Amino acid sequence: MRDTFAQAFYEEAQVNPKLFMVVADISPASKIANFKQEFPTRFIDVGVAEQTLIGLSAGLALRGYKPFAYTIANFAIYRPFEQVRDDICYQNLPVTMVGMGAGVTYSPLGATHHTLEDVAVMSAIPNMSVLAPCDPPELKDAMRAVIRHDGPMYLRLGKSGEPTLTAAAPDAFVFGKARQIKAGRDVCILSYGPIMSMAADIAAKLEDKQGRSTALYSVHTLKPIDREGIASILQHYPVVLVIEEHVEHGGLGSQVKQIAWDTQARCRLNTFSLKNSFLHVYGSHDDVRRAHGLSVDQIYPAIAKA
Amino acid sequence: MEIAYSPQVDRTFEVKSSKERCRAMRRRILDISQTVSALHIAPAFSCMEILDTIYFGLMRRDTNGRSSDTFILSKGHGAMAQYVVLEQLGILSKQDLDGYCHPQGHLGAHPDYGLPGIEASTGSLGHGLPMALGVCLANAESGLLSSTYVVLSDGEMMEGSNWEAVMAAINLKIVDLTIFVDFNGFISATPISSRHPNLLPLERKFEAFGWDVRSVDGHDQQMLFDTARSKSPDRPLAIVARTIKGKGVSFMENKGIWHYRSPNAGEYRQAIAEIEAQG
Repeated sequence: MRDTFAQAFYEEAQVNPKLFMVVADISPASKIANFKQEFPTRFIDVGVAEQTLIGLSAGLALRGYKPFAYTIANFAIYRPFEQVRDDICYQNLPVTMVGMGAGVTYSPLGATHHTLEDVAVMSAIPNMSVLAPCDPPELKDAMRAVIRHDGPMYLRLGKSGEPTLTAAAPDAFVFGKARQIKAGRDVCILSYGPIMSMAADIAAKLEDKQGRSTALYSVHTLKPIDREGIASILQHYPVVLVIEEHVEHGGLGSQVKQIAWDTQARCRLNTFSLKNSFLHVYGSHDDVRRAHGLSVDQIYPAIAKA
Repeated sequence: MEIAYSPQVDRTFEVKSSKERCRAMRRRILDISQTVSALHIAPAFSCMEILDTIYFGLMRRDTNGRSSDTFILSKGHGAMAQYVVLEQLGILSKQDLDGYCHPQGHLGAHPDYGLPGIEASTGSLGHGLPMALGVCLANAESGLLSSTYVVLSDGEMMEGSNWEAVMAAINLKIVDLTIFVDFNGFISATPISSRHPNLLPLERKFEAFGWDVRSVDGHDQQMLFDTARSKSPDRPLAIVARTIKGKGVSFMENKGIWHYRSPNAGEYRQAIAEIEAQG
């Protein structure tokens, strides 16, 4: 995803002189290095100074530019939270906070480097939009929407190695709309971000083992949430599951439940989220997800009887 | 990106006129104080001469009154001083100021971006300077000849974000930036010298980061003007302006209670009499 983001940014920056890349101690890799070389005045590394990362980006936007404030997710939004809220959102400026390696991607680095609750925190701020594409091609499409978007945005990304899941998606990417990436009849799984690959594995297992046709939706836009689309999904499918690499509080799970209540949905609805807990567990990305209860082996038995 | 401005009008800055304006603006703030239960009167009075010098002396304006220079009041609680200056300039109207902190008005206790003449929202301390760095870099990218002025409070220099920005400004090669620290010696009601004595002397901290630094009397318009005009073209300038919190009204000067309080009718009359007597 990192490279796809860099490529998409670089391509746009060639023709759009308004784009700035502001980073906090991130070594420019892949196409960001090319950007830095070709447009040195539009690449700014503020060093380990995240309040300046966001405040300075706000200043650029106040004068008509469109900065991307890019660093590891927790540093992009938690350390400078008040700058995100006051400088970017209160002034309603077109700055995109790019949170790389969100969720528990940086699994061995511990909770200081995780964003368990970033969607909730960012979604709660007025004027903010939140976008979390599930694979590199979806990110590429999302970047067009991000570049057009005239307001604050939190772009929640994984890191690298995400498989392509949307190559045969029935729906195209549309900002603000839940996107069907695989058709199905009996079960529907809603997810977003890189954990979509786990959702895809569970869908495959439900079809292989139980013959239950399973649809997959990428709810890439967490704010504004597609209430209408989700209400329709809740009406259409007898079983709906939410899988997310985020705590349930303020994440997709709680929002879907809210919509289900508001629309008197009658489907079975199960949500699988990160625990609201700082686990002192280290290992691979999958190891930490598993410690939170998120793995095919843990989720499948819970839904096989649903 | 094209940003076109009309030719700048070179203004002359007369200290006598500035003194008259500052008296009128303090009176105006006192008048408004009688329509609200509280306002940041002393923090506005301490930076009155600084704001007047910036707006009437330093910022270049075209024939329509627009400026390609930028002013950010990082000590947002001094908003009343900015509002009365903008009223003097005709950018805010009398009606705007009469509605201060009233539900039918739109001016609050802190400046809001988007209102006439307000170039950044502030209120929480330590936000103005990092934003100013972005404004400076944007101006450089646009090829715009534009100076940026920021007024900070001395207590605000306790915020870590300011020291990030003080460090970064030099390394990002930001030059056309002048900051004024309204050094009245107090954080809300407590002397800085007793809360964080080792913040002082402030000048040496700026020097250590490579800034040009000058110390001036913050109520001496000529000194403020001359110091800012003598800025070196190759680095940012910090002007540490010694001021008196509540300047101009004897019973408000250096009294913590006047950080956020409106005078009662008797106090109001006495304050007006003192301001008038200075004329």
